[in-house]
Amino acid sequence: MSGGTFLGMPAFPEAAAAAVRDTRLRGNLRHATGTIRAKRAQAVAELPDWAGLRAAGAAIKDRTLRHLDHYLERLEEAVTASGGTVHWAADAAEANRIVTQLVRATGESEVVKVKSMATQEIGLNAALEAAGIRAYETDLAELIVQLGDDLPSHILVPAIHRNRGEIRDVFRSEMGRWGRPAPEDLSEEPAELAEAARLHLREKFLRAKVGISGANFMVAETGTLVVVESEGNGRMCLTLPETLISVVGIEKVVPTWRDLEVFLQLLPRSSTAERMNPYTSMWTGAADAEGADGPRDFHLVLLDNGRTDALADTVGRQALRCIRCSACLNVCPVYERAGGHAYGSAYPGPIGAILTPQLRGTVTELDASLPYASSLCGACYEVCPVAIDIPQVLVHLRERVVEGGEATVRGRRTTVRPARGHAAERAAMRAARWVFEHPAALRAGQRLASRTRRLHPRRLPGPGRAWTASRELPEVPAESFRDWWLRERGDDGGGRKGRGERGERRDRGGDR
Amino acid sequence: MRVALFVTCVTDTLYPGTGQAALAVLERLGVEVDFPLAQSCCGQPQFNTGYRRETEPLVRRFAEVFRGYDHIVTPSGSCAAMVRENHPRIAARAPGGRSADEADEVAEVAEVASRTYELSEFLVDVLGVTDVGAYYPHTVTYHPTCHGLRTLGLGDRPRRLLENVRGLELMELPGAGECCGFGGTFAVKNAAVSAEMGADKARGIEGTGARAVCAVDNSCLMHIGGILARRGSAVRPVHLAEILASTDGGAATDGGTAGGTVGGAKEEAR
Ligand code: SF4
Repeated sequence: MSGGTFLGMPAFPEAAAAAVRDTRLRGNLRHATGTIRAKRAQAVAELPDWAGLRAAGAAIKDRTLRHLDHYLERLEEAVTASGGTVHWAADAAEANRIVTQLVRATGESEVVKVKSMATQEIGLNAALEAAGIRAYETDLAELIVQLGDDLPSHILVPAIHRNRGEIRDVFRSEMGRWGRPAPEDLSEEPAELAEAARLHLREKFLRAKVGISGANFMVAETGTLVVVESEGNGRMCLTLPETLISVVGIEKVVPTWRDLEVFLQLLPRSSTAERMNPYTSMWTGAADAEGADGPRDFHLVLLDNGRTDALADTVGRQALRCIRCSACLNVCPVYERAGGHAYGSAYPGPIGAILTPQLRGTVTELDASLPYASSLCGACYEVCPVAIDIPQVLVHLRERVVEGGEATVRGRRTTVRPARGHAAERAAMRAARWVFEHPAALRAGQRLASRTRRLHPRRLPGPGRAWTASRELPEVPAESFRDWWLRERGDDGGGRKGRGERGERRDRGGDR
Repeated sequence: MRVALFVTCVTDTLYPGTGQAALAVLERLGVEVDFPLAQSCCGQPQFNTGYRRETEPLVRRFAEVFRGYDHIVTPSGSCAAMVRENHPRIAARAPGGRSADEADEVAEVAEVASRTYELSEFLVDVLGVTDVGAYYPHTVTYHPTCHGLRTLGLGDRPRRLLENVRGLELMELPGAGECCGFGGTFAVKNAAVSAEMGADKARGIEGTGARAVCAVDNSCLMHIGGILARRGSAVRPVHLAEILASTDGGAATDGGTAGGTVGGAKEEAR
């Protein structure tokens, strides 16, 4: 029972179309995202200096990313000086190998986990299971996903696609197979569900010798790691086990404690709409003295896995500012209808649509479809606490998909070839460009359309069917605006003929 | 003041009535408006689908066609946003840019872009007018389109204009700021999600009881109107310019509007 896998999933449009037809999923998501949307807006509106905080958050991240090598080395020095061990993992396979070896070295075959996006990204649980090590998720929503042999569909609330009734069913049927069973008469009351999870997990906390976590932030100046959470399960996993292994993306480093001040305000309000999250755990290296709290053995696995490639892209690199608050998911009308699974990665929603194609490339049909999983409405950019211009990056990645071009892949400058299946579209775009460069041709086309307007079908074949399946076509008018102007006003722009003639002359110049 | 109308390819080809209405409003306010015939498309469909290089000649053309004007006015929030936000970026990234001439061209694109306004912005910010003397005796709900709302920051400008239209009753649209699902090629590439977003928007619009839904973008209205029509709904899409152009002398345009005129201003006034 390793949980599902995102491998081999269909491209976004197909998966999303299936999700749209799933009325229960739609109801669950509409309810959950609608609630948190309103709360976030309120929590953010409370702070008079939100715009300033947001700009500061973006600036700190940008500065840190510009000198990432420097801050990572300072971090390594500080962690090492306080008794921790730092490992560098270039990709998912290397990170999984390191963690597996570290767990094996302890002689344990069980670990408890703090909710972590990085370990979802690399598929750590499956890798551990292949090595005979069982990983127990301890975040409530992550537990629901794990027990249900399901996939996470949200950054913060991985089981957001489930309602209470579904959760009760999963607890009743699956908990017993993993440890302490749920009570027979478990109801779908949130308090009862939480209590069942608490009792089930408590056993695991008390027994576990090895904990695995990610981190929200790493402070370079002292080598301190930070986890913010709401449930307290994280605090248990970070303090009770003897060995703690943290797998963290290299972009999570911040230079100083003062920088944390900004992010500890931005994150909870954007994420859970709380002024401050209930638990903020910070630790520096390993506990040295007898009787000191916390793990004796601390390992930090610094994960690249495509991040330096993204860093090399001057437009795409802003995605590395992300603090995984999930505000962009909650506000996204496409996410609300497509659901998280359609994005085919641990990172769903708008941030997933710009992060996954940078971390994994745009080679598979699914990954190449992700930059198009957006109407470019800009709601994500508006709420993002670190001002990632997600629409700008989406359009930038669309260009990589259809036109190819220079990109950094596994550390090397590479010329990416355009994705397949865009030939007809490319030809149409070229033709359109030619027409728009030749207003006389545009006018001729408009006249032809007007003359034949009574003959136009109401339903289109081919790609046009995607339009007429659910919408009427606009009627073509008897005359374009251009023709009306020529007929009524008879010249080019109130006597300023020069420009028009220029345009028309260019017209006759033929294609470039 | 030399003002040019950038009518946009969609409005030029499919909704000439909106272009005529924009012209009528501006001329009624005493603005002399040119329509340079060499204009075509801002390049938004190509750019937003990933064809940046196909957009470059259109960006240069736009600057060339409109450089002699003090203000360029367009009845489209998303085309104005494309010009203001993306034209300078595209020009700056285009090959070349080293010679003095090319550097001038990049500067010119940015300069022309900065003088490009969506119609309601031009009326409120440049002309300082919120009452354009319009008369439109209908119930109307207003859908703020995404690029006008979030990229241009139109704020309450369109609403202030609508609130001053005599006879018009403005109905609140729940979830107004949520995208209608058009999104250019998104409407066909992710047709299922787009149609679902559109259907939710249509339900919201119908729920207001308004007879017309107003916006500052004909492309979004084409999508919303197409869905409303397929649903057999009586609500008509109407571009803001057409409402502002209507007077008690009748609708200012002679057809080809986003959804036809709603009745006729006169007929209902009786
Ligand atoms: S992209 Fe911005 S809004 Fe989305 S999860 Fe990351 S920080 Fe939050």
